[in-house]
Amino acid sequence: MELSVSIKKKLPHFDLDVSFSCRDSRLLALVGPSGAGKTTTIRILAGLDRPDEGRITYNNEVWVDTDKKIFLPPQDRHLGYVFQEYTLFPHLTVIGNVAFGTGDKKAAESLLRRFNIWHLRDRKPDKISGGERQRCAICQAMIRRPRLLLLDEPFSALDAVTRQNLRKEVRTLKQELSIPVIHVTHDISEALYLADDVLPMVGGRIVRKWMVQFMLKGRPSEQERVTEDIYALESDSRNSEELSVLYDSLEVIQ
Amino acid sequence: MDLTPLWLSLKLAFMTTVILVIMAAPLTYLLVYIRFAGKSFFEALLTLPMVLPPTVLGFYLLLVMTPQGKIGRFWEAVTGSPLIFTFSGIVVASLVYSLPFAIQPMKAAFEKIDRRLLESAYVLGLSPMSAFFKVVIPNAVNGLTASAILVFIHTLGEFGVILMVGGSIPGETKVASIAIYEAVEALRYRDAAMMCLILVPVSYLFLLLINRLTKRQIYGA
Repeated sequence: MELSVSIKKKLPHFDLDVSFSCRDSRLLALVGPSGAGKTTTIRILAGLDRPDEGRITYNNEVWVDTDKKIFLPPQDRHLGYVFQEYTLFPHLTVIGNVAFGTGDKKAAESLLRRFNIWHLRDRKPDKISGGERQRCAICQAMIRRPRLLLLDEPFSALDAVTRQNLRKEVRTLKQELSIPVIHVTHDISEALYLADDVLPMVGGRIVRKWMVQFMLKGRPSEQERVTEDIYALESDSRNSEELSVLYDSLEVIQ
Repeated sequence: MDLTPLWLSLKLAFMTTVILVIMAAPLTYLLVYIRFAGKSFFEALLTLPMVLPPTVLGFYLLLVMTPQGKIGRFWEAVTGSPLIFTFSGIVVASLVYSLPFAIQPMKAAFEKIDRRLLESAYVLGLSPMSAFFKVVIPNAVNGLTASAILVFIHTLGEFGVILMVGGSIPGETKVASIAIYEAVEALRYRDAAMMCLILVPVSYLFLLLINRLTKRQIYGA
């Protein structure tokens, strides 16, 4: 299973232009400051926004191809999406929210137990805490057995302790899943904690030089890979600025 | 005192309310959630009956509802009976006249719903139609109720449009407001006062209910 993305979209302050792919059982983090285009990217992946140009494929299935005017609506992509803000349905109970997509109460019950919110099943979303709501949102996203899981800053509104606990739970969940997971965050440490691959984004683009720095700071074992990147960059003299940053980063680590 | 006009008014108000709430919900959805060319013109057209003098609206309705008019001819071809000066005719006129009163509270309620809830529903596999019934409607119950009550009391008080399209046929189109007017003209003040006495508290109670619902919608209490 592989998600392959190559999209462009004109935004008010910059042009979004990103390409990446993510295989199953991998968690790819799009990390960067606010307004970098991360959420737009993930919304385009979900089918909630359309790119101006580009192509998104999941295995051999084309979700978006602007040349061929193909656009698969979100309801047919069969994915799970945990939104940045709480988007539970206020008129439904916790179990009603989790079972919303499928109506499968049994599956909802087992997910509620798995995420330790079984005791809240009959409460409305406004009667539970922020952490509990996000747990509920994760259950809601998981109940359809999605082919792709999208997490859009799911911990940003939580306090530090709850955030840390949920991170651990998502990390465990990721190890159990055999689907690609795309995680959007502005928190570098969160990205490094959860992700197999980190793609830093600034101004609508993936910034390679940042990626190397992140890797070096968080994963010294990645140095070999970084060195390969440097060799690749050295073969092209136009990358001098990027190279100088890389060299600096290596010096810091060594 | 003949209570038939009161009964007719209640019947007309009830039918208009039921039909309009069903009709206005998808129209409001269209106005709030769907982008299309000429939307502002369409919205202004739907709101027009709110500002037009009832006699003007009644005059145009009269033109299209006579057997020579488009709607009147169509109605007669389908049902075999005329539309003008009938109870069905005043129901049609009431639907047009009260449409903006149905749409406005619904629009306020629909706009208050977080769009991300709809997006979440789409991602969870719901079509826009299912999301409308499973997300929009349950979260706009107060707005729908306010809309129904407003249409009901507005229809109870209708006069000009009904007089133009329905005339004053006893048992058919002579509703309470027309009966009151005729009673006053004939100096039967007692009959007029009795009917007013029934209409005023009913309208007042319904208005109280609307205010409570609107407050709940604003403050979420």
